[in-house]
Amino acid sequence: MLQGSVTSLEVFFLTLVFAVPLALPVAAGRMTKNKILSAVTKIFLLIIRGTPLMLQLLVVYFGPGLLCIWINKQFGTDIRLTWPRFLAANVALIINYAAYFAEIYRGGIESVPQGQYEAAKVLGYTKNQTFFYIILPQVVKRIIPAMGNEVITLVKDTALVQIIGVSELLRVAQETQSRLFSFMPLFVAGVFYFVMNWAVEAIFVRIEKRLAYYK
Amino acid sequence: MEQSEEIIRVENLSKSFGTTEVIRDISFSVYKGEVLGIIGPSGSGKSTILRCITQLESVSGGSITICGRSLVKDCVYAGKKELRDIALKVGLVFQNFNLFPHYSVLKNVTDAQIHVLGKSKEEAEYTAAQLLARVGLSAKADSYPCELSGGQQQRVSIARSLALKPEVLLFDEPTSALDPELTGEILAVIKDLAAEKMTMVVVTHEMAFARDTSNHIIFMDGGVIVEEGSPQEVINNPKQTRTRSFLARFNA
Repeated sequence: MLQGSVTSLEVFFLTLVFAVPLALPVAAGRMTKNKILSAVTKIFLLIIRGTPLMLQLLVVYFGPGLLCIWINKQFGTDIRLTWPRFLAANVALIINYAAYFAEIYRGGIESVPQGQYEAAKVLGYTKNQTFFYIILPQVVKRIIPAMGNEVITLVKDTALVQIIGVSELLRVAQETQSRLFSFMPLFVAGVFYFVMNWAVEAIFVRIEKRLAYYK
Repeated sequence: MEQSEEIIRVENLSKSFGTTEVIRDISFSVYKGEVLGIIGPSGSGKSTILRCITQLESVSGGSITICGRSLVKDCVYAGKKELRDIALKVGLVFQNFNLFPHYSVLKNVTDAQIHVLGKSKEEAEYTAAQLLARVGLSAKADSYPCELSGGQQQRVSIARSLALKPEVLLFDEPTSALDPELTGEILAVIKDLAAEKMTMVVVTHEMAFARDTSNHIIFMDGGVIVEEGSPQEVINNPKQTRTRSFLARFNA
């Protein structure tokens, strides 16, 4: 079960590390004045947020292989494509979480009063300076509660990657349970998720406190 | 009086939002060391003029020249770099302050000096300390805007604008968000600046202040200048019926 929890932690951290920055360009795409780009981003967000994560895991893992079979049938070729489960699991989670994070970022960016942009412009800040010095720090403060929520969900969503055969904690716990005929492994898994989220919550409370020096 | 250097020249300015004409064919000039007061009912286009001069709105027609440099000529704007250079000659104080809440009072006043003018931190802090002393807020340098009263916040925002050493400072109803007591604080600061011959344009509903501080008054209504002249003429002896009715309560 130790190996299982390590896998769960790996999925968690990899998703977080890649989805947090990836969501920024997605949010930018959603807010851009370029109509084509913003339409494409909107459709992407609609699909990702409108379908089950479990389904997305299946599509990402089996999709390339099924696509090859179809191509081979059409053109008589013999291409084969499979990829590691662990990698596929992470890619699916990163795409899914980037979509949710992007919408949180957008909410944060749009909630900063227009006057902040105007003050920065009149003071001569460039657009980049305005975003990175004036807007972004205020966005971070505004999105912390929503991000905390989402990260707690991520801890629990790592359990879904077992659908494509990744041996994460809950799957290992289930196997151990049927092997030992004991409830204990499931209980231990539950405690693990709980403690993990306890830590996540504590970290977010700390960040919130650190940013409480201004309103 | 000899005519001094022209800081702002607005010629035939017009501005529409969609089909609504907010400003119609307005022209005026502001000279160095002069205070121009703009009065008039809400929605008459006063603030929009300031927003056009500070490039927060683009004009629909006409020309604006700042310190002899053309910002927009017959609705054609100057190049990007020129626009930025011109923007730095003009400061704007907002009705609702718009201080940066995540920065301390000191940083609000130093940050643009450092990032926009490229000054050193020491130099910026020296300038900021002088300005904060001038608006009576030296003791609040390390506070955050949320810890200050509205009047104090507005004084910080005046210091923030002055820190960039603009040629002209524009005030967009600087006291409209403040109670009468705090209003006095701000008006005193503006009067001090006027005494030091700072060039200013003040959009205000404080008639007594406009009369006592301005060299020239413009009364606007419905996007046009209805009447202009010396404060005594416009405020104490208005000629137009519209001006008279607007000032009826004040002059009663």
